[in-house]
Amino acid sequence: MRKTLLGAVALVALALPGSALAQSNNTIKIGILVALEGAFATGGQDGVRNVEMALKQINHTVAGKKIETVVAPTDTKPDTTVRQARKLIEQDKVDIIIGPLSGSEGIAMRDFAKTIPDKVVINGGSGALETTWVDPAPNFYRFNLDGAQWGYGLGNYVVKTKGWKKVATIAADYSFGYTNFMGFAIDYCKSGGDIVQRFWQPLGQSDFGGIIAQLPNDVDAIYLGLGGTDAINFLNQYQQAGEKTRLIGGTIMADQTVLTARGRAKEALKGTPTSGPFASDSTDPAWVSYVKLYQDSFPAAQRLPSPSLFGLGYYVPTIAAIKALEEVGGDLSNGQAKFKAALNKIQLDSPVGKLTLNENRQATGTVFVTEVVDGSDGNMTNKMVAKTENVNQTLGMTPEQYRAIGLPSRDVVDCAKMRGG
Amino acid sequence: MSVADNLQRLTGPYEQRSWLQRIPAAWWAVAVILLFMPVVANDFWLFQVMGWTFILGMIGLSLMFLAGYGGMVSLLQMTVAGVAGYMVAILGPSGANVSLGLAWWVVIPAAFLIAAIFATISGALAVRTDGIYTIMITLAIAAAFFYFTRQNYSIFNGYSGFNLVLPPKLFGVNWRDPMAFYYLSLACATLCYGAVVYISRSPFGLALQGVRDNPRRMAALGFNVTAHRVAAYALASIFASTGGILLVWQNAQIAPGTIGISAAIDVLVVAVVGGLRRPLGPFIGALIYVLLQVFSADILGLFGFSADRFKLIIGIGFLAIVLFSPDGVLALWDRWRARVDARKAAETRGAP
Repeated sequence: MRKTLLGAVALVALALPGSALAQSNNTIKIGILVALEGAFATGGQDGVRNVEMALKQINHTVAGKKIETVVAPTDTKPDTTVRQARKLIEQDKVDIIIGPLSGSEGIAMRDFAKTIPDKVVINGGSGALETTWVDPAPNFYRFNLDGAQWGYGLGNYVVKTKGWKKVATIAADYSFGYTNFMGFAIDYCKSGGDIVQRFWQPLGQSDFGGIIAQLPNDVDAIYLGLGGTDAINFLNQYQQAGEKTRLIGGTIMADQTVLTARGRAKEALKGTPTSGPFASDSTDPAWVSYVKLYQDSFPAAQRLPSPSLFGLGYYVPTIAAIKALEEVGGDLSNGQAKFKAALNKIQLDSPVGKLTLNENRQATGTVFVTEVVDGSDGNMTNKMVAKTENVNQTLGMTPEQYRAIGLPSRDVVDCAKMRGG
Repeated sequence: MSVADNLQRLTGPYEQRSWLQRIPAAWWAVAVILLFMPVVANDFWLFQVMGWTFILGMIGLSLMFLAGYGGMVSLLQMTVAGVAGYMVAILGPSGANVSLGLAWWVVIPAAFLIAAIFATISGALAVRTDGIYTIMITLAIAAAFFYFTRQNYSIFNGYSGFNLVLPPKLFGVNWRDPMAFYYLSLACATLCYGAVVYISRSPFGLALQGVRDNPRRMAALGFNVTAHRVAAYALASIFASTGGILLVWQNAQIAPGTIGISAAIDVLVVAVVGGLRRPLGPFIGALIYVLLQVFSADILGLFGFSADRFKLIIGIGFLAIVLFSPDGVLALWDRWRARVDARKAAETRGAP
């Protein structure tokens, strides 16, 4: 036991000076809270890459102050996330946290942020609606759109342009699945569409046979709010069952991980419209130069072909933090009051268009509708077909109307009522 | 060790000294260090490192009690802790509207009781099996409970679980305050540790160890083997529940991920790394586990590696311990002491 004690004391001794030394006045410490284990690990690595890339652009210096980073890895479980965040604040003494990556982590961090009023947390990609909608924390900022916003615009597109007015839906049975579906459903029902049946599939459950057998035949299309391996499994079984109904994709249904997967499953996706926070073929100069910067910053083997959803999710908050820090000359005194004020009224020119924050510190921005097409290199890719600018947190409704709909859950959007009003 | 300590070992356990005098000097040192830790350690160390160590230690202790004294390796202990934690969140106040918001003096006894009932029923299912089959059946129950909480929204609030589960402000103290929480978890851990030491020497504990070593002979002597094992599950649930309730308060939340399969296996790792033979083992295992979890990314950073390989350090650390000492860290200490004793004995014998 004496050995263990000695070991513990030695570790304390090792850890203490590290944190003490870093507290000099001329450095600003940023903690990167990011999932590096589990389903989103690849996206998380891209997030870290993007933060470093943004900081390299300014040579790790803002207003004469040096910026240091500390990475805190999580496994997307909320309790791990809060532990790591606490370590960043109490042990590493960071000033700003960028992160977390996934939805339920975001909600946990909203509550944690309330316990550290003198620090700032800038979200890094997590998209749960509740994070900035229910009892938001005054020092938690989100520069990406939430899951419901990502679904907005798609419904209008499939009704007005495609003329699909009757759909069945299959979505993942957890918070992001509900939220993303909610954004689609609100827009879709308002535009005059009807949802005849809803199926919910538990996350990571690979057998879709039961659902496929029950799918109604007389619908115009099927909405799929699945992602990753769930999406691929569904598409495989769907094709084997000989089904050929048209598909509509949720935000993570037709992303690069599914479109670059091996096998023929993805071919079922051809022509499928989806919506999300970016369009990889956008010709907006800001987007083009961001992709070029990304591709030039890292050798091809150490990066993805183009920035991922989560990479972008970490890049945007970093440039927002840099811009606000420049504005206040790196002044973080007085509980970071000036920095917070600067963040609040920032007009950010991001790679995906102009972003502003509302009173809940939630971004208003652009949602892109894309369609899956054959790419030039034999792979499939997304082609931009429409975009909706200035999508706000309440999807164009008043806060009261939006609140009346309820929080995302299985049967929150009443389609008939939505169509009437 | 001190002279007194040696003397004690020479004279054997039946000497006529008060129990206070029989406590070795090293224990006093540990007690003083733990009691006065808040003087030197910062909030992070008190709340995060030590608090988490005590909590994991208690849950590991319940496994050690079953495995070390009862010979039953149960992967169920994290689930039992989770049941107690979930009950605190469901019955008491929390951020989710599924919670009932009852008063703490209803919630805490109910949490212990429901977890004990759960453990007893699961134990009754598991005790008729042996060895790997016990592991399998307890793992199955743990997995079933994990998936149940993830998909049940009316009681367990599904995937997102419960947020803002805070301890009651008893005696005007905010028990989530780092120092208050440190002493709370230290006191609970000490009580659990003392209880296990006491039970292990009580008639029940001795009978349980008899059941472990030779169930057939114990049955022939008139002991009800099954009842002893089930009772061990029920008793162990108290330690796990204490840990589970403190865990919910520390994180201020509980979700299915908290009690998942990997968490169940982590408890096994904690107990095995520390050593399954003595009640101190799980606490040492927990300390090592927590230090590795918290600092592995920094250690990699020190050597200039990228932090996303942090699991490598954790894996190598555990591998090294199990490789060099299959009985856990405590066995290393035992072996070292045996060697010192042997050398001393040789010296005394050699001298005229």
